[in-house]
Amino acid sequence: MVKSISGFTAAAAAVIHKDIVSEFRTRYAFNALIMFSLVTLTVVSIAIGRFNLTADLSAAFLWVMVFFSAVSGLSQSFVKEEETRTIISLQLYAEPLTIFAGKLIFNCILMLFLESIFIPLYFILLPVNCGNLILFLLVIVLGTIGLVGTTTIIAAIVAKSSMKGALFAVLSFPILLPLLVAAIGATETSFSGGSFGAASNDLKLLISYPVIMIVASTFLFEYIWNE
Amino acid sequence: MPYIMKYILLIFMSAVIIAAWIVEPPQSQLGSVSRIFYFHVPAALISVLAFGFALYNSIAYLKTNEIKYDFRSASSVELGLMFCILATVSGAVFAKAAWGAYWNWDPRQTSIFILILIYGAYLALRSALDNEERRASLSAVYAILAFVTVPFLVFIVPRIYPSLHPEDTIVGSGGEMQLTGMVAVIFWISMVCFAIMFYWLYSLQSRIELIVRKRLKEI
Repeated sequence: MVKSISGFTAAAAAVIHKDIVSEFRTRYAFNALIMFSLVTLTVVSIAIGRFNLTADLSAAFLWVMVFFSAVSGLSQSFVKEEETRTIISLQLYAEPLTIFAGKLIFNCILMLFLESIFIPLYFILLPVNCGNLILFLLVIVLGTIGLVGTTTIIAAIVAKSSMKGALFAVLSFPILLPLLVAAIGATETSFSGGSFGAASNDLKLLISYPVIMIVASTFLFEYIWNE
Repeated sequence: MPYIMKYILLIFMSAVIIAAWIVEPPQSQLGSVSRIFYFHVPAALISVLAFGFALYNSIAYLKTNEIKYDFRSASSVELGLMFCILATVSGAVFAKAAWGAYWNWDPRQTSIFILILIYGAYLALRSALDNEERRASLSAVYAILAFVTVPFLVFIVPRIYPSLHPEDTIVGSGGEMQLTGMVAVIFWISMVCFAIMFYWLYSLQSRIELIVRKRLKEI
């Protein structure tokens, strides 16, 4: 078991550091993520950029693009360890929970970095006006945490199976759907300039769903990791 | 499953089917359309029960590593999916009669459809794993994770988003029971019949899976 809070934080930080250095050298997941989101953005922009989109349509397009690119890249965090056979040394050196926390936070950083490039381009290439910017940024951050918190454990599951990529999409999309619906609803409210109160139902789901998923994942991760 | 239970099931299920047609409809505003209540609601609730069985068996597998729990978990998911599809189809028929369209992405319809997709993915995961023990432990983890979404999808989402689906028919907003008289009697007998039928199918299916596995090992 983990001995102390500071020991846990240090171990998790070491996992994050290792992943960031390795990602910076190889760009294993990031290249796939950024290219996927750019290509889908281009397709959407060419196809419908001429029309005046309503708030619900542009919110749906935004989240579909973000979720699809996440699914194309986020499974890499565990698949890479399995493919390069570094998983055994990780199992020897670190506690399961620190690995999970490290991978979760690393994926979060990766997604937020991706969005910091993708979302400005989205506003440039598509005719979208954002009425309530603070609500919009809050929804982006909450949606990203939810997206990563739900899919990290699924990435660990599919890394153990054959046909990894296809299975990751099949397993994560249904579980992500409630989150996707809430994120689209809240983003639509923010585009049309609604207040926080108008988006409160969606925000409740956006906060509670990831919390429960992450708590369940921390209980279950050990069984996958030591499999 | 005791032998006599099958006869009890036969008698009471027939009684429910007959009573559902001759007694006054459960809700006066909707009229005869609301008779589907006696079959649609038990099917939906039994699917939740089946997914609960999958959760229980998955936890039991992770604790004990006995393969029989894995087969039980798989059987309960399969049956839960069956009851879920029955509830969806009967709900769509009700929607056509009461709201005018089979499908309109009402929060109830959305959430039960997502539930079918989540547990369908469980079966996809099982078929993607070859090694028996690995399949058992990974699908057990996924089944527990999937059940975490069930309270959200069945009980929370349809209540925080505006829905056309009749709410507060069984349990009122204050937590009190709403069913009265004959409606309550027929409904609860129907619930018990559905539960017995589920348990019967479940024990059969788990036994069949174990026998198939034994035969495969002999070959």
